[in-house]
Amino acid sequence: MSKPIQLGPDETFVLNVGPQHPATHGVLRVKMRMDGEYIVDSETVIGYIHRMHEKMGEIKPYPQYLMNLSRMDYLGAVGYSHGHVLCVEKAAGIEVPERAEYIRVIMVELNRIASHLFWFGAFVMDLGGFSPLMYALQDREHILDMMEAVTGSRLTYCYFRFGGLYNDIDDQFIDAARRFIPRMRKSLDKYDKLVTGNIIFRKRLEGNAFLSKETCRKYGASSAVARGSGINFDVRKNEPYSVYPELDFEVPVFHECDSLARYNVRMAEIEQSLRIVEQALDKLPDGLFMAEKAPKIIKPPAGDYYQAVETARGSFGVRLVSDGTKTPYRLKLRSPTYSNMHLFDETCRGMMIMDALAFMGSLDLVIPEIDR
Amino acid sequence: MIAETTKQALQALFPEPEPVVEEIVEAPAETEESAKEQKKEEGPRPNGVIERDYKVHGYHIDAQVAVDQLIDAIQILDDAEFFIETITGVDWIKEGEFEIIYDFSRYDFEVCRIVIRTRVSRENPIVPTITGIYAGANWHERETHDFFGIKFEGHPHLIPLLLPEDADFHPLRKDFKA
Repeated sequence: MSKPIQLGPDETFVLNVGPQHPATHGVLRVKMRMDGEYIVDSETVIGYIHRMHEKMGEIKPYPQYLMNLSRMDYLGAVGYSHGHVLCVEKAAGIEVPERAEYIRVIMVELNRIASHLFWFGAFVMDLGGFSPLMYALQDREHILDMMEAVTGSRLTYCYFRFGGLYNDIDDQFIDAARRFIPRMRKSLDKYDKLVTGNIIFRKRLEGNAFLSKETCRKYGASSAVARGSGINFDVRKNEPYSVYPELDFEVPVFHECDSLARYNVRMAEIEQSLRIVEQALDKLPDGLFMAEKAPKIIKPPAGDYYQAVETARGSFGVRLVSDGTKTPYRLKLRSPTYSNMHLFDETCRGMMIMDALAFMGSLDLVIPEIDR
Repeated sequence: MIAETTKQALQALFPEPEPVVEEIVEAPAETEESAKEQKKEEGPRPNGVIERDYKVHGYHIDAQVAVDQLIDAIQILDDAEFFIETITGVDWIKEGEFEIIYDFSRYDFEVCRIVIRTRVSRENPIVPTITGIYAGANWHERETHDFFGIKFEGHPHLIPLLLPEDADFHPLRKDFKA
């Protein structure tokens, strides 16, 4: 006769999530100390796919490093290239034709929509709904096809150059983009009916993982994580760069501080990105797509430079320390998810494990981007 | 506004305030000349607060502080509600020093980026941790420890973060050979 197993009053156990676990969307490991279903403490372990991009930045000349940036984040790659080229162009004083800058913005925004769509599908799948992912991938496929025709790749784009672009867009791309916009708006309605109003979905997320403004500030959170907590911060508006000041768009901000607010922010951002693409296509000026006098060897004057951009995942920063030679002396990449993920440990204390996984989904993690 | 008040607060850290050096904006065409000029000026930079041209450098205020002033400087930024962007290091091997760079920015529409930097010798690189002020500095400091071997005194959990757990090398040191 065996005795019934009973946990003592203070007994906890350690639960290991990952590094290979579907809820973590990549190789991420979380060690959680559990009291039954409740998390007492957690420790995030990262670095499983660390590739030392920053060291590569110190070894390679500037143009050779271009393709590294798109390998940081495989879902929203163009935004990272944008930050890098803007920083180096600012440092070296390279002029960019207006047409090139407009095309860059179109690409960044299309890529942002593709990234948000994938996140939307994966997030709902985390919560147990499988079919929205298929719808989202269908829409995303249109964007990938469009961008592949121009850039030559589907995910890891190496499209931007110092002083412009690798290739001009053609009428076929413009037509496809114009057809895509109404299609995507229809899909957004569909997602609204399918997911946003779903009572199970709402009950899971309302009040889940309260993130105060103060926590966001102490950890340097950005993107929908900050904007879901009532912080009106978007680098495109706060520190305007590129041609964003000439385009009319809004920054969606929600004040509920929970996972549903973060979801709402991203879904509203898709609509705003569509507006930007629409206007940029209308305003697209004629002219060169690559500066005529763009230097082949780039030697920025000695000094240090910082450039922040708003990628699909938040405020991405490039700090360049130049010593006047053709390779950077130091190239620091500030990745937004690194800061967003960091606040997970503090916030998930006292939560139930399934709520914590929903919270993790709402952070929009891309692990190669954390690990660099 | 906020840039001005923060600059004054940071300058108060230095008992004999250095005259503020206004950087001259140079046209991009003169890049080579300005590079030469800056090379001439190179040498140990005195601690103090410098106002930078945002259009050229991407930040407004550049404050170099001594190691024992670091906590006070970071506290000023925390009181003024700045958020932490990142922490990183630079290995100035010729001068035998590490530079630790702290980046701060704001959530509101008064754009103001502040850089705090401090220097320590390469032989004994120890700086105090700022995790007591900004909890989010934890990972940034661990990463800097990974890459440069800089010790953050008082850090609660200074073990390798991005590098393997048994790593005893520091890849971003300029004398590191793979």
